[in-house]
Amino acid sequence: MRKLFGFHGGIHPPAHKTESTVRPIIHAPLPSRLVLPLKQHAGEAAIPSVQVGDHVLKGQTVGTPASKMSAAIHAPTSGTVIAIERHAVPSANAHSDVCIIIETDGKDQAIDFTPFPFAEKTRAEVLDHLQAMGVVGLGGAVFPSAAKLSADHGQPIHTLVINGSECEPYISCDSMLMRERPDAVVNGVAFLQHLCDARDVIIAIEDNKPEALAAMETAVKQHGGGFQIVTLPTMYPSGGAKQLIKLLTNIEVPGGRHAPEYGVQCFNSGTAYSIFRAIALGEPVMTRIITVTGNVRTPQNYEACLGMSFRELLNLAVEESNTDGHIVGGPLMGYRIDSPDMPLVKAANCIIATSKKLFPPAQPALPCIRCGQCVEACPADLLPHDMYWHAKAKNLERAADYSVRDCIECGACNYVCPSRIPLSQYFKKAKVELAVQAKENAFADASRQRFEQREQRLARYESEHTVSLAGDTHKAPTGASDDETALKNAAVQAALSRARARRTSSS
Amino acid sequence: MKTTAIIGKLSVTKVMFKVMLGLVPGIIAYVYYFGPAILVSLAIASVTALVAETILLIIRRKPVWPFVSDMSALLTAWLLALSMPPLSPWWLTTTATLFAIVIAKHIFGGLGYNPFNPAMAGFAAALIAFPSPMSHWSPPNQIASTRVEFRDQLNHIFPEFANKRFVIDAESMATPLDSLKVHVSIKEKIEDFSYLPIFGKLAGKGTEMIAITYLLGGLFLWQQRLITWHLPIAFLAVMAGMAELFNLIDPTKHANPLFHLFGGATMLGAFFIITDPVSAATTPRGKIIFAAGSAALTFVIRVFGGYPDGVAFAVLFMNMCVPLIDAYTIPPVFGRKPKKSSSEAAL
Repeated sequence: MRKLFGFHGGIHPPAHKTESTVRPIIHAPLPSRLVLPLKQHAGEAAIPSVQVGDHVLKGQTVGTPASKMSAAIHAPTSGTVIAIERHAVPSANAHSDVCIIIETDGKDQAIDFTPFPFAEKTRAEVLDHLQAMGVVGLGGAVFPSAAKLSADHGQPIHTLVINGSECEPYISCDSMLMRERPDAVVNGVAFLQHLCDARDVIIAIEDNKPEALAAMETAVKQHGGGFQIVTLPTMYPSGGAKQLIKLLTNIEVPGGRHAPEYGVQCFNSGTAYSIFRAIALGEPVMTRIITVTGNVRTPQNYEACLGMSFRELLNLAVEESNTDGHIVGGPLMGYRIDSPDMPLVKAANCIIATSKKLFPPAQPALPCIRCGQCVEACPADLLPHDMYWHAKAKNLERAADYSVRDCIECGACNYVCPSRIPLSQYFKKAKVELAVQAKENAFADASRQRFEQREQRLARYESEHTVSLAGDTHKAPTGASDDETALKNAAVQAALSRARARRTSSS
Repeated sequence: MKTTAIIGKLSVTKVMFKVMLGLVPGIIAYVYYFGPAILVSLAIASVTALVAETILLIIRRKPVWPFVSDMSALLTAWLLALSMPPLSPWWLTTTATLFAIVIAKHIFGGLGYNPFNPAMAGFAAALIAFPSPMSHWSPPNQIASTRVEFRDQLNHIFPEFANKRFVIDAESMATPLDSLKVHVSIKEKIEDFSYLPIFGKLAGKGTEMIAITYLLGGLFLWQQRLITWHLPIAFLAVMAGMAELFNLIDPTKHANPLFHLFGGATMLGAFFIITDPVSAATTPRGKIIFAAGSAALTFVIRVFGGYPDGVAFAVLFMNMCVPLIDAYTIPPVFGRKPKKSSSEAAL
């Protein structure tokens, strides 16, 4: 048994996972329409590589990565591109994004999937392949896996952590994946170990998933790769990457730093599975497993095409009529959406239908009584009650003094607060405002620098001029103003001709 | 802003209710040793607190029910009544409670905003304004010269309604802490008078048993995770440490640590008074400093000051220091802890 190191804080909310794990993963039927956002990952949106009217095949690339920090998007089935336009996408702040909309033809014709010759390729080629296959981290951050693996932190990786903790209530997609397809996950882990060149490989699973643990044990034994399976005591948020790394290795990765800088890489079990499919089968990421649960008659996990609408998924699970809302993700870190008419994206691991009975609305918040329950629960060792005070007063600097930026937004403080204060929401907002402020400050600094440089340039120009005109002082003023008008006229002419040129080229 | 979709079961009402539950064993012991008068005091304080809270909420245009039902006013009333002499006249209890709720709590912004412990502010105000009735303590039943009936106790609490002919006089007595001070002041040695029944086995007849029940109630709060170990342990450790130090210096003048731990309001203070979250320090190291300071001041006031006990003034003084203490004891954040000091990180 590996020694566990523990981290400060944490909570034990009711898990509500058994509802959705009594039934196997079901393949959701092909929907008639798919909405594929071009940005389903952290970084830059993919660039559409198809046009409206194009016929696409299952597995065909419809969006190519815009840069290293981007990932490809693929058609999950065959059909016709009927539009490339903005559509509501799942996000915490209800925004819309450019999506490729495909009308499916029901034939499910696929391109040829050819296994990727992993052994014959260089590491760089493998990473390019992963990017082309649209592989991103499925633990929540959807960070492009190739970018994560290619970043050089000047530090060899000693430990690869596979995160199968899935600590947030209601979500069970990773658990079901490990239970039903453990061999594929373990093979994906083997590829990852090779890519990271890690000595130790730890697969961490919470002890409330005995079936997943057993299945993974067997698969690891059969594989013979010497991976270590670690049973974690159930506690939220032991699946937070930094908390998990602390638990397993006693290394604390500070906020704003990355685990590889400390010799650790952490991947979600679902990501390992995507990597297996991308390499061993040559299949891009076209589907994902999502838990549909909450106020539905048959809560379960579906393997569904990306782009399928949440509403169709909820209909499959038979949503109850008294549903009053929906949460994408878990009840602690997820967000509410106004309408389930949004597409399934790579990041969406769970959709919960809510009702007054399952999720009774909280009483109005009372003032903070400084009871310190949040301090005891915070896995980042913060003082939420003090940060709240400053965040609420919009005293961003003081909130930053209390390290609000290190908040992982896990919501443990909200859960324990006897005054029902939405603490983490205040922190999320303060973090965004601090980021905006930093950006504005950087912009102001740059502007000031530009202005000062201009002043210097003008001063220099003037002094040079004065020197050259020193012999002819009484003519200097008019001469200077003539020069100025001439310069101005020339600038106006140049701008006009540029504008004309642009007009003719664009028409 | 909305909070997370799931929240735990703890509420402010539950927090306050559990603290009051923790006081119940102490109240039972109190009744056993000093008679049921304390229940009357508790009732007077409770009613006063609830009425004052309701009126103040209406004046301040705050929602009445959510705040009255949080039970914080009731808890303040209980702590205050338990701190005051059990036979305090009704107007004294009422005045102290009004001060606690109106001045110490609502003038500063109500629940969560009071810089001072309301119960201790009410106690201190009463002590300063009415020193005589506030030092009018009664002896425990077990050593009283005459048996005091509940009716007699009521006569003390409501002197206006008493049949003057039957009012028993002189049934007041100094507390063990006070007696110790008086005896020492007339150059008596502790070993020469410690046999007196008032001093009980540890720290005073009755008082010591009540202290033990408060300790049990405090352990309940700790088990319920409403308080952390920092405050009570630091308070009791410093109290015992100071007592031991002075006892070593001159055992004829200074009582032993057990006397100070189980005498006066030490246990009530350690588990129920300094643990008032709103007015206490909240960082782990801050809690230790706050509690240690409160204990040291309590000891100094007890032994060298003019008052029989010092918890109230000590706590009020330390309340003033809380913003400073908290600001200088921010614990290191995840991933930013100094490498070597693992012992400090454990705090």
